[in-house]
Amino acid sequence: MSASVASGRQLTFSAKPWREHLEEALFPPLVALLVALICGDLLILSYGQSPAAVYRLLLEGTWGNAYGFGQVLYKATTLAFTGLAVSYGLRAGLFNIGGESQLAAGGFAAALAGLALPVGAPLVIALPLCMIAAGAAGGVVGAVPGYLRTRFGAHEVITTIMLNFVVLALLNWFIAGHLHVPETLHTPEIHAGVLPRLADIDSRFHGSAANLALVVAIVVAVAVWFYLFHARGGYELRAVGLQPDAAEYGGISVGRVWMRAMTWSGVIAGVGGINYVLGYKHYYEDGFASGAGFLGIAVALVGRNHPIGVLVAAFFFATLSQGGLAIHAFVPKQMMDVLQGVVIIAVAMSVPEVTRVLRGAHRRSDA
Amino acid sequence: MNPISFVTQMIRIAIPYLFAASGGVIAERSGIVSLTLEGFMLSGAFAAVLGTSYTGSPWVGVLCGIIGGLIFAMIHAVATIRYRADQVVVGVAINLLAIGVTRFFLKLFFASSSNSPRVAGFGGNIRANGFDNPLLWIGILVAPAVTFMFYHTPFGLRIRAAGEHPDAAESVGVSVKRVRYIAVALSGMLAALGGVYLALDQHQFTDQMTAGRGFIAISAVIFGRWDPVRAAGACLLFAAAETLQIQLQGSHAIASQFIEMIPYVLTIIALAGVVGRAVPPAALGKAEA
Repeated sequence: MSASVASGRQLTFSAKPWREHLEEALFPPLVALLVALICGDLLILSYGQSPAAVYRLLLEGTWGNAYGFGQVLYKATTLAFTGLAVSYGLRAGLFNIGGESQLAAGGFAAALAGLALPVGAPLVIALPLCMIAAGAAGGVVGAVPGYLRTRFGAHEVITTIMLNFVVLALLNWFIAGHLHVPETLHTPEIHAGVLPRLADIDSRFHGSAANLALVVAIVVAVAVWFYLFHARGGYELRAVGLQPDAAEYGGISVGRVWMRAMTWSGVIAGVGGINYVLGYKHYYEDGFASGAGFLGIAVALVGRNHPIGVLVAAFFFATLSQGGLAIHAFVPKQMMDVLQGVVIIAVAMSVPEVTRVLRGAHRRSDA
Repeated sequence: MNPISFVTQMIRIAIPYLFAASGGVIAERSGIVSLTLEGFMLSGAFAAVLGTSYTGSPWVGVLCGIIGGLIFAMIHAVATIRYRADQVVVGVAINLLAIGVTRFFLKLFFASSSNSPRVAGFGGNIRANGFDNPLLWIGILVAPAVTFMFYHTPFGLRIRAAGEHPDAAESVGVSVKRVRYIAVALSGMLAALGGVYLALDQHQFTDQMTAGRGFIAISAVIFGRWDPVRAAGACLLFAAAETLQIQLQGSHAIASQFIEMIPYVLTIIALAGVVGRAVPPAALGKAEA
């Protein structure tokens, strides 16, 4: 096994120059942005408003002031975790649609760990413990579909979706029946492992929920990038994702790689739970993860499954979502829900098309 | 517990599932993944309420609902068949898009972010217990009709061929793309009818009113092993569990959350093959070359 992998390592997956890679990666999101802008124009006009004025308002409310920018960073943090989780699975050829429940389970476990720790436990000890709890919970939820896939061949798209409902119902049962503060659907507040907010460091961010989970997200992105492109395990993972049969023939245990990939994908999504629980509200609340798991798929797609791209895409989708609030006085914020869907469909449609056109063009220019 | 009230309530709960699952069976057997059912149902529900509220006629609402589902189905079909986009990704996006579009238009047409005003509906005779609603009877007849189409018409054969052996189908002159376009369109219209039934039964549209029913329908498709009759049986089974939960409410015998899990757990078990393996159509999810 090691010999074939070691020799394979010398080859890159394709000999294409980096410029072609970049073109293939960047064109679909740009096409999607254009389509989204046009759709946005139409929706704004349907409300009798001026698109230019609304777009200016959107930019001012998101990137134009520290509070709005902080909110964008907060929302981008959760999306970065779920986006990294999805893209990590996709690199192994697996579609993890369970981000929703993995994130929720992670947040729940982080809150439990925070509640169990003594009040005022130092952050250097409490934070790792809470993160391990969150990652372990997400990892367990991710490992189940991984096991079902490797052991029984049950397709992970369906099993992760089904598990979302099962896990969320289970968490709801815990919260509603056993752990909630009366009259609410959240746990008591935790007093250990609480993350400092950006506002504690720079007072201009005052009021925004952005917190140091952002740094954790960036560290995770760099770690994923290093593992995928500079470690042997990551090489095996990508080989399995591109050609499972060839990888198996080359001596890689596809089942083990899938199992590991789904588990770690769940771990990444689970750790994302700290953004809300440790960084923002300081308790677990039923439904906090709603939508973030599915949007993680969009983030992975637009970020073209590259950790750096995922961070950029998370920032983009967070801007859309925060921008909805900024323009709400003129056009309903629901416009952004529409545009999110439009962007995903436009990217998904243009990926095969762009690849085909670009490859055709390069072949012609070579001839 | 009164057995007659149990059965009638079960059937009323099952109708949206029956419509959507029939649509799901058709699309999936033609080779197109049906994660979109939820979005089709939601758009159908909204369009039906929109049409009914502007004309006062629920039949116009039914027509609008079908058109609403058809529009979303055609977006899905063009993206996945013409542009060969990933079916799972577009499926997820269609659901998000349906939530977004219905929310935006709810605000635009009804100036509300939660629900529409009350609209007309079918039936309403208390003693008929909901059975004077023509949509309910159509829903009961959908599964037998789809079964007949599947196994006794040339078009049904083409759908099955497109999903199992697209190359073989092409080689005898069947246009796989065309068959899949029609199958997705049918699934959109059928699933939309499920949403129409739901909305007109409640006489209004509320934000995200389908509440995961499209995913229960997918469960039924898989648990029913992609066969219209078995899928309908699964719909009735899941509806029976829900009815049981409603009728047992207050007795606290079992927490409702565990009844909610039943369809999903059964689907996972069926996929894992513990009791008789559920095997999907061979070409499901693969873009046609």
